[in-house]
Amino acid sequence: MSAVAHAHGHGDHGVPPSTSADGPAPKRIIVAYGFWIFLLSDIIMFSALFATYAVLATATNGGPTGRQLFDYRNVAIETGALLASSFTCGMMALAVEAESRLWTYLGAAVTFALGAIFLALELHEFASMIAEGATPQRSAFLSAFFTLVGCHGLHVSIGLLWLVVMMVQIWAKGFRATILRRLACFSLFWHALDIIWVAVFTIVYLMGGR
Amino acid sequence: MEANLHDRAPGDEAAPGSRRHQIISGLQAYVIGLVLAVLLTATSFWAASTNLLWAPGIPIGLAVLAVAQMGIHLVFFLHITTGPDNTNNVLALAFGVLIVALVVAGSLWIMANLNANMMPSPELMNMQMQH
Repeated sequence: MSAVAHAHGHGDHGVPPSTSADGPAPKRIIVAYGFWIFLLSDIIMFSALFATYAVLATATNGGPTGRQLFDYRNVAIETGALLASSFTCGMMALAVEAESRLWTYLGAAVTFALGAIFLALELHEFASMIAEGATPQRSAFLSAFFTLVGCHGLHVSIGLLWLVVMMVQIWAKGFRATILRRLACFSLFWHALDIIWVAVFTIVYLMGGR
Repeated sequence: MEANLHDRAPGDEAAPGSRRHQIISGLQAYVIGLVLAVLLTATSFWAASTNLLWAPGIPIGLAVLAVAQMGIHLVFFLHITTGPDNTNNVLALAFGVLIVALVVAGSLWIMANLNANMMPSPELMNMQMQH
């Protein structure tokens, strides 16, 4: 601690340089930190849905089970699309850092396309399940499944909408400080969705489909 | 010097130096993260569909792989590290993880306990749980 403080010339009170003898942190950091707190609370909301699903996973009321419903290949493609979109979102963040409009638009377009592929596959899965009679009303297991996975899908939809809005804002206003802060928040949101999806495909599909 | 005066925002890359250098090291982090995440995901899907592994151990293995992958995402995509400029972010994350663990483990524990206490017999319990 004090070694760090010395290195940055902040005296020997053992105070790390981050505590503010230098005044409040820049707005960029405050905004991203606030958004980080929001994401964590969002993850806590998801944890309640995961707990519900885990409790109700066997309550199928004689209806179809996960094993009969889930298609690994479909889930694997969804997972790949979302992971790749998380990566291209990172590429977009680097393009924003370099203030290159062309690469930012390109990164955003690929991210949007991969996110849309994910969403299309998920909706197709939901539609085919409902067509087979595996609706949310069929059993407690299916209610929990549609709530959890649907809530994640809703977040992805909101993320896609947000991405389009951000591209329009870059087009209209350029790389201003406000826009850069919003883009940083969007990146955090998109990466957090991929983290939640890791839990979804593991708990819902891989464990539930066995 | 300037970069170290304040905390780091979640999502900010660590690398000091020129912008070009920052972008190259940022790119490295994303590529490493992607490779590790793909490896872990592929292992998860393989473990879930293979017959070669000891079946009762697979759910635990899947949980370990998932936690590892979440860690990879946090470090390489969200740039949450243990550096002194990242303390606030890590503490908020730790509190979030605590609440998530309490909600999930608490719910499962209580509901399993209720099932065990309320249901007259395993057969009936099975019937009851299917409604």
